[in-house]
Amino acid sequence: MNNVHDMGGMQGYGPIQIDDSSIVFHHDWERRAFALTVVTNTAGQWNIDRSRSIRESLPPLKYLSNTYYQIWLDALETQLLKTGMLSRDELESGQAKGPGLPGVKALDAHQLPAALNKGWPSQRPTTAPARFAIGQHVRTIQSNPRTHTRLPGYCRDKQGVITALHGMHVFPDKSAIGPDEPQWLYTVEFAAREIWGAETSASSVSLNCWEPYLLEVIDAGN
Amino acid sequence: MSRHEHHHEHGHDHEMSHLSAEDIRVRALESLLVDKGYVDPAALDFLIETYETKIGPHNGAKVVARAWCDPKFKAWLLTDATAAIASMGFSGRGGEHMIVLENTPEVHNVVVCTLCSCYPWPVLGLPPVWYKSAPYRSRVVIDPRSVLAEFGCQLPEHVQIKVWDSNSELRYLVLPMRPEGTTGWSETELAAIVTRDAMIGTNIVSSPAMKTDASHE
Repeated sequence: MNNVHDMGGMQGYGPIQIDDSSIVFHHDWERRAFALTVVTNTAGQWNIDRSRSIRESLPPLKYLSNTYYQIWLDALETQLLKTGMLSRDELESGQAKGPGLPGVKALDAHQLPAALNKGWPSQRPTTAPARFAIGQHVRTIQSNPRTHTRLPGYCRDKQGVITALHGMHVFPDKSAIGPDEPQWLYTVEFAAREIWGAETSASSVSLNCWEPYLLEVIDAGN
Repeated sequence: MSRHEHHHEHGHDHEMSHLSAEDIRVRALESLLVDKGYVDPAALDFLIETYETKIGPHNGAKVVARAWCDPKFKAWLLTDATAAIASMGFSGRGGEHMIVLENTPEVHNVVVCTLCSCYPWPVLGLPPVWYKSAPYRSRVVIDPRSVLAEFGCQLPEHVQIKVWDSNSELRYLVLPMRPEGTTGWSETELAAIVTRDAMIGTNIVSSPAMKTDASHE
């Protein structure tokens, strides 16, 4: 969806507040919010794409004024309500009013190290041939979906070159709203001037594009 | 404190009371999730300890130092970063699919996630605040040279800057150039000079003799 989270190329956010310390969390509630989010993700009630989709659906002013872990916390509460893991009454009162959903439980401490070490790979078995090859010119689609997408606004309807193939991966646009429908994933390199015109100090921008983001370019021209 | 009260407070309270409100909110949520049987408190403690003490940029620094010392490892890293990095014991969440970008005298790579905060957890830990912030995410993709300058890094004009927007589960680690003046250094000595910012690409690894001159602050 088009919202303020999609900020590539925006101007006016000012200088970068460089925090050079090695502090991971600045407040205790941040470490608890982080851990709660990562742990509850393992309960199987949602996936990373749904999490991102909910975070980026926050009203723009809230998204921009909240701190990073406040955004996570808001999204976590929303998901707990949406999945029925908690009722609104429970969330507001802080009191459990009944048992948890049957069979729904995040990983225990003894299961967590192995699960973290394995991760949650997004690659899936190859079930279709790749449509594009390295070196091929492609154009991204023009698109303004109202649901989750990982094709940033700045990089829609732009021409680039395939530089890598990564097999078939979970397609976020679909998995955020329904069943997993894996698609080929490519790295596409765009000349920075193709995206920004002369007003750029980058030489190129590389983006990972799932196959549905890409159109064939018949005559690559220049 | 209820959500209702929280939302009324938001935005016009001073920082301390705001943060303590968050503290109360998170602790209430945590105890609720434990009471409902969804969460094992020991799992939370394990996670926090892992990301505060075990996983961090020191892991990535070891990878870089090894690549600087061992051409075979470097070749492996550039062709199958996930496996090469896993061989050093760094794998899993946030690093399921790794790609290493090699800096050269002609090309400098810099990584961003313009859409959220994607970052290679197993080698760099959790991202710094600036990486997740609007100023970085918005600008580095269009004007990386000015961003690097804010980090105290002035690249020669002829160096091309390639930006990598980390919009999928593929995660990037920049392999910085080994600085002059480190001939004969051990992997451990080299790892000690590799910085997090150099592995994101917002800076370079400075030559040891120049370290004080080049430091930003």
